[in-house]
Amino acid sequence: MSDWGRVYPQLFEATGETLYMVGVAALLTVLLGVPLGVLLTVTAPGGLAPRPLLNRALGLVVNLGRALPFIILLVLVAPVTRGIVGTTIGSTAAIVPLTLGAIPFLARLVETSLREVASGKVEAALSMGARRRDVVRTVLLPEARPSLVAGVTVTVVALISYSAMAGAVGGGGLGDFAIRFGYQQFRTDITLLTVVLLLVIVQLLQWAGDRWARRLAHV
Amino acid sequence: MIELTDVRKVFPARRRAGEVVAVDGVSLRVQAGEFAGVVGPSGSGKSTLVRLVNLLERPTSGSVTVDGQVLTDLPDDRVREARRAIGMVFQHFELLDSRTAAGNVEHPLELAGVGRAERRRRATDLLDLVGLGERAEARPAQLSGGQKQRVAIARALAARPKVLLCDEATSALDQASTASVLELLRRVRSELGLTVLLITHEMAVVKAVCDSAVLLERGRVVDGGRLSEVLTRGHSPLADALLPAPVADAGAGHGGALLRVTVTDRTPETVVLQTLIGELGLAVEVAGGSVETVAGGRYGRLLLRVTGDLDRLEAGLRALHDGGVVVDRVPAHGGVAAGSGATR
Ligand SMILES: Nc1ncnc2c1ncn2[C@@H]1O[C@H](COP(=O)(O)OP(=O)(O)OP(=O)(O)O)[C@@H](O)[C@H]1O
Ligand SMILES: [Mg+2]
Repeated sequence: MSDWGRVYPQLFEATGETLYMVGVAALLTVLLGVPLGVLLTVTAPGGLAPRPLLNRALGLVVNLGRALPFIILLVLVAPVTRGIVGTTIGSTAAIVPLTLGAIPFLARLVETSLREVASGKVEAALSMGARRRDVVRTVLLPEARPSLVAGVTVTVVALISYSAMAGAVGGGGLGDFAIRFGYQQFRTDITLLTVVLLLVIVQLLQWAGDRWARRLAHV
Repeated sequence: MIELTDVRKVFPARRRAGEVVAVDGVSLRVQAGEFAGVVGPSGSGKSTLVRLVNLLERPTSGSVTVDGQVLTDLPDDRVREARRAIGMVFQHFELLDSRTAAGNVEHPLELAGVGRAERRRRATDLLDLVGLGERAEARPAQLSGGQKQRVAIARALAARPKVLLCDEATSALDQASTASVLELLRRVRSELGLTVLLITHEMAVVKAVCDSAVLLERGRVVDGGRLSEVLTRGHSPLADALLPAPVADAGAGHGGALLRVTVTDRTPETVVLQTLIGELGLAVEVAGGSVETVAGGRYGRLLLRVTGDLDRLEAGLRALHDGGVVVDRVPAHGGVAAGSGATR
């Protein structure tokens, strides 16, 4: 056990990489996944701006993204990653597949949240002369906010588990660390420590997310 | 102020259900400043009708005119503008949980591009108007049903509309809240000079606040008019719905003649009794009926049994008729149970 002094800095670095990958991917996922979820909701039959064909096409793409195992996605998007980042190795490169994997996931959660907003509230806004984008901005998104926050929390937690996988194929981070220092060197204690660390991060996130959602709920 | 001309609304057939004719050729006129009601059984198309007025539902055919503007001829963006002059109140309030009471009242002003300071000021004034000045910062979840509906009314009035539409605005409220919300509606109507179209399935609501009403059945207007006129009509399904025709009390004595009398402020029952008892010397017994306050006036339908010397009865009734009293004799063998026209 005399090597802990060598392991700790590595663990520290790996944690930083995980937080970096997940943080940036989460930000991009929210930026792209929420609008996609809004689009899925408003174009649905009976929605604010029904576009059955577009809706079906989007639904197909989103389902494809969710059906694809993350490992396969990782390999499939490698050319895209190289095009954007210049390389397919490292934490920054891992952000691309992470984001692409999480967007459809979040988009469906957003769609579900927005659908739960009572149609009467939308009608009330329309009766006040709201435009469709006003309805999205002032009714759908604010009214769904507690449930949107819960959806984002679930997505970030999923991103952490994806990031462990991405780490294993050269993305760095805690997953990579657990494999290189724990699994491959038969150091069960290091593997366990990493798992505990991941658990702590997930617990903290879930706790913060729940608290935030509850604060927003007002009911 | 509101004019519907031969409006039809057909919902296309869905997978299982066939097409639904929700509103079937309705023409309706509501004068400026009038408090008009639409009553009818469940599924008769009341909600659809009121949603046609602000074009939340586009009619399949026919035209909708509000405040001189033919809404059905306007493009969507102009319709949105026109809607600002038409407030709407819903059965389930439809307040936003993400906003305070004041925030909800500000919502339509925000949509209309009114500045923040002005919005605040108006919201405060309106909440005062509906008696909730103290609760401006409360969330909808912290308010009672009646208070929520007051906030919703304040919100509907925020953009200074000329017309207020109410779809079952009191149906989710208990009796006390219903009374106070109706009181508020009547008050804002006269203070702000609004035209109100109120949908309800409760006759008591119509009696309490409406000047006029129409009766809707299966998407068609089957009766309607000013209540003061409808209630003095001989046969009217709407009048029968408002003041059910009296049924003779089974325990009352037999013999003599049965008279049906419509009581109004102008022709109170005292006039009838004076004639029957004072001039004709008959004995009068109340066999059924009731007298209520409707649209601020006193209206009733009574069933009287008269006994004694009936020789001069016909002449007496003619005299009452000439004096403007609605009174007629129930045919003796025609069955006593209900006056003719009551079961339409
Ligand atoms: N969006 C819709 N699509 C299809 N059918 C509809 C739609 N809205 C209403 N209908 C049908 O139109 C008819 C009239 O409905 P509406 O809601 O106007 O009745 P209502 O008089 O308001 O009834 P209630 O007193 O129960 O509220 C009903 O048969 C209803 O099923
Ligand atoms: Mg209804």
